[in-house]
Amino acid sequence: MSDELTFHFDVDGENFTSAGHASVKVKKILRELGLDPETIRKVSIAMYEGEINMVIHAGGGEADVSVDDKGVTIVLKDSGPGIEDIDKAMEEGYSTARDNIRSLGFGAGMGLPNMKRYSDEMNIESEVGKGTTITMKVYF
Amino acid sequence: MKVSELIEKAGFRAVTLPDADREIKGAYAGDLLSWVMGRAKADDAWITIMSNINVVAVASLADVACVVLAEDVELDEEIKQTALDREINIISSGMPIYETALEIGKFI
Ligand SMILES: Nc1ncnc2c1ncn2[C@@H]1O[C@H](COP(=O)(O)OP(=O)(O)OP(=O)(O)O)[C@@H](O)[C@H]1O
Ligand SMILES: [Mg+2]
Repeated sequence: MSDELTFHFDVDGENFTSAGHASVKVKKILRELGLDPETIRKVSIAMYEGEINMVIHAGGGEADVSVDDKGVTIVLKDSGPGIEDIDKAMEEGYSTARDNIRSLGFGAGMGLPNMKRYSDEMNIESEVGKGTTITMKVYF
Repeated sequence: MKVSELIEKAGFRAVTLPDADREIKGAYAGDLLSWVMGRAKADDAWITIMSNINVVAVASLADVACVVLAEDVELDEEIKQTALDREINIISSGMPIYETALEIGKFI
């Protein structure tokens, strides 16, 4: 069993015009670790979608990323409004994003489906009024 | 074909070109960022009219070969600088999306 590398990021909920910093940093780290481009791409997109969701829908949160010999684990935790109907939120095209967000190119209702598509395992825990924790794993 | 070759052959303009030798293997057109991340492939030329900073992040994370701005869309200097820092090629076609896609289609 090799060492596990862990990285922690605070995701600022104020600035959704330039959100995505944590994902960009993770991409850089994974490149430096020499992971293959396909794995990096999957992790990058899955994490970016989740990071943007925390900024847009939950007022920010925290991201923890760990890398071990099997793959990459991403945990995104926020104290936002929670997701009332997870099945519905997972549907392609379902979005509650407002117009100012849509004008930036978000709000297609494709973020959660992309997170599912690009991760090998995904688990959503959410409680209305408390927050949401999403765990994704991408295996090598 | 290389990004630099596309610029020359199609008569496009370089906006930022930190990785001119990057190979283009396909193309995708779209403005909704999550669609792009779900459908575009690595090494695609991504045609869009979006011009905010998130375009740079999406291009980087989705690992496209270049962004092709249609319709003479202009970028802020700050966005160009971010693109250069992240080694993202951005080129401008000066044409609508459909004509841009047709033009790229001639070469890939
Ligand atoms: N962290 C979260 N906290 C609260 N609600 C969320 C969270 N993430 C997603 N949601 C809800 O689930 C819906 C669907 O999310 P999804 O990421 O698929 O689409 P979107 O963010 O609205 O648009 P897109 O991701 O295409 O830009 C959101 O509109 C929002 O209502
Ligand atoms: Mg989303």
